[in-house]
Amino acid sequence: MSERLRVNPIACTAHGMCAELLPEFIALDPWGYPIVPDEPVPDELRWLAPKAVAACPALALSISKGKPERR
Amino acid sequence: MTLVETASHSVYQGRSRPGAPRLLAGLADQHVGGRQVGLHEHERYFGPLPLPPARRGGYAASAERSAARLIDLVERSGLTGRGGAGFPAGRKLRSVADGAGTAVVVANGSEGEPASHKDRLLLRRAPHLVLDGLSLAAFAVRASEAYLVVHRDDRRLVASLLGAVQARKVAGLDQVEISVVGIEHRYVASEQSAIVQWINGGPGLPTFAPPRTHERGVRGRPTAVNNVETLAHIALIARYGSDWFRQAGTQDAPGTALVTVTGAIARPGVYEIELGTPIGDLLARAGGPTERPQAVLVGGYFGTWLPADVAWQAPLSGPALRSVQAAMGAGILIVLPESSCGLVETARVVRYLADQGAGQCGPCVFGLPALAAALAALARRGGSGHGVDKIASLIPLVEGRGACRHPDGATQLAASALTAFGNDAWVHDIDGPCLGVRRPSLLPIPHGRGAL
Repeated sequence: MSERLRVNPIACTAHGMCAELLPEFIALDPWGYPIVPDEPVPDELRWLAPKAVAACPALALSISKGKPERR
Repeated sequence: MTLVETASHSVYQGRSRPGAPRLLAGLADQHVGGRQVGLHEHERYFGPLPLPPARRGGYAASAERSAARLIDLVERSGLTGRGGAGFPAGRKLRSVADGAGTAVVVANGSEGEPASHKDRLLLRRAPHLVLDGLSLAAFAVRASEAYLVVHRDDRRLVASLLGAVQARKVAGLDQVEISVVGIEHRYVASEQSAIVQWINGGPGLPTFAPPRTHERGVRGRPTAVNNVETLAHIALIARYGSDWFRQAGTQDAPGTALVTVTGAIARPGVYEIELGTPIGDLLARAGGPTERPQAVLVGGYFGTWLPADVAWQAPLSGPALRSVQAAMGAGILIVLPESSCGLVETARVVRYLADQGAGQCGPCVFGLPALAAALAALARRGGSGHGVDKIASLIPLVEGRGACRHPDGATQLAASALTAFGNDAWVHDIDGPCLGVRRPSLLPIPHGRGAL
C-alpha cells in the first residue's frame, strides 16, 4: 500500500514545517505554501511522513493510502 | 424506451423532431426577458411529467423499478453535465442512488460565468422543463429533498421561480418538496461544494474534498448537484427516450446543448445546437463576425482561446474540443476581433477571477493576483523581454493547488492566451504594447472589476 501526503489547502497557513522535515520531497512556493507531489512518499522517507503530519500546526497535512486523490 | 408513454399526448411529439431546437422549441424567441411558459402550456407542449402519481409520505414500493429504469435511461442517453465539468449525468445519479443514506438533489442555476445566459434563459422562460428534470432526478435517486439554487440578487427570477414551484404544488405534480435557494453572486459560490456548504448553513465557499458532494453533501447525505440545463434534458429523455436523445449530436457526444455566443458577432445570444456542430456554422447562424476575427474564447472564463482559423473548423463537443486542448465548459463562445488585444482581455479576466476567489487557499490567494499582475505587465507595458517567461513560470505554481478548480481555470485561460496570441505576446515582450490595449474591454467583467 503506497502512502501519499495530502495537504488541505484551505487549512494550510504556510508554516512550512512539512518542507523543513521533508525537504527532499516537499518544496515551498514563493509564498511559503508547500508543493506536495501527488505520488507515493519514497520508501527511505516514509518514516518522516507521520512526523511531518504531527508537526503541522494547522493540522493541514494527512496521509492517504492508495490511489491519487486529485481528480 | 421511455419512462412512461406520454409523447402521444403532446404537441411537441419529441420523436418527430430529432434535431435542435429541443429545449428552446417552445419559445418564440430567445430573449431572457420574454414571456414565461406556464405549467399548462408546458404540459400541452411536451406532455405531462412522466412520473407515477404522487403518494403521501414517500415513494410507492412499485416506484422502485421505475426509478432504476430512469437511471438506466439517462445512462443510455449518454447525456453529460452542461454546467462545465461534463460529467456523465447517469453515472452521477447512480452513484448518489447507491450512496449511504437518503439522497438530496440540487439544481444549480447560479450561472457564475459572466458571459453565460443560457441557464437564466431556461429558468426565466421555461422553468418547468428544469423543475420536471429536478423532480425526475429526485425520483431517480429516491431523494427526500430538492433544491433549486439561483443568485439571490436576481429578485425577479427568484419570484418567478417561487410562482412556478407553487403552481406545481397546487397541481400535485412533484413527489418531493422543492425549495428555491438564493446564493451570493460570486464566481466560486456556484461551485458545487460551495452550494452544499451554503445550504448547510455555512459560508458559500468551496470545501476540501474528499468527501465529495455525491458521497456526503447536504447534511452529510449523498447529494446530486446538477446544472439546470442538464436537468431540462432529463425532462425530455424521460418523455421521449434515450434513442430519441441520441438522434441529435454525434455518437460520442449525443444530444443538443445551449451555447451563449457573444463578442464581435452580429446576433449575440443563446443558441441551441446539435453537439458536433462546427463553431463556424454556429457563428454563421449568429450572423457572422462583425469584424475580422482573431480568436474565439471557447468555454468561458475557465476556457481556452483558439485562433480563429482553428476555432471555425472545430466541432462543438467535448471529445472534439479535447483534441485542440479546449472544452465545452458552460457553453460559451466569445469572438475576439483583430483590433482587440487578447493579452489585455486575458489580463482583465484573470484579475477578475483573482478577485472572485474564496480567499481560502494560499496558492490561489497569492498566485492568482501575481499571475494577473504578470499578464497586465506584459499586456500594458511589455518591452522587458522576460514577461512571457514570468507568466509561464507562475502557471505551474498555481495549477492544481486549490481545494476547488478555481485556480486551474484561470491558469488554463492564461496558458491558452500565451499559445493563441503567441506572436502578439512576443511582440509585446520585446517592443511594448499593441494598439489593441486601448480598446474598451470586450469580455464582460461584472461590477466594473478587473480594472488594470
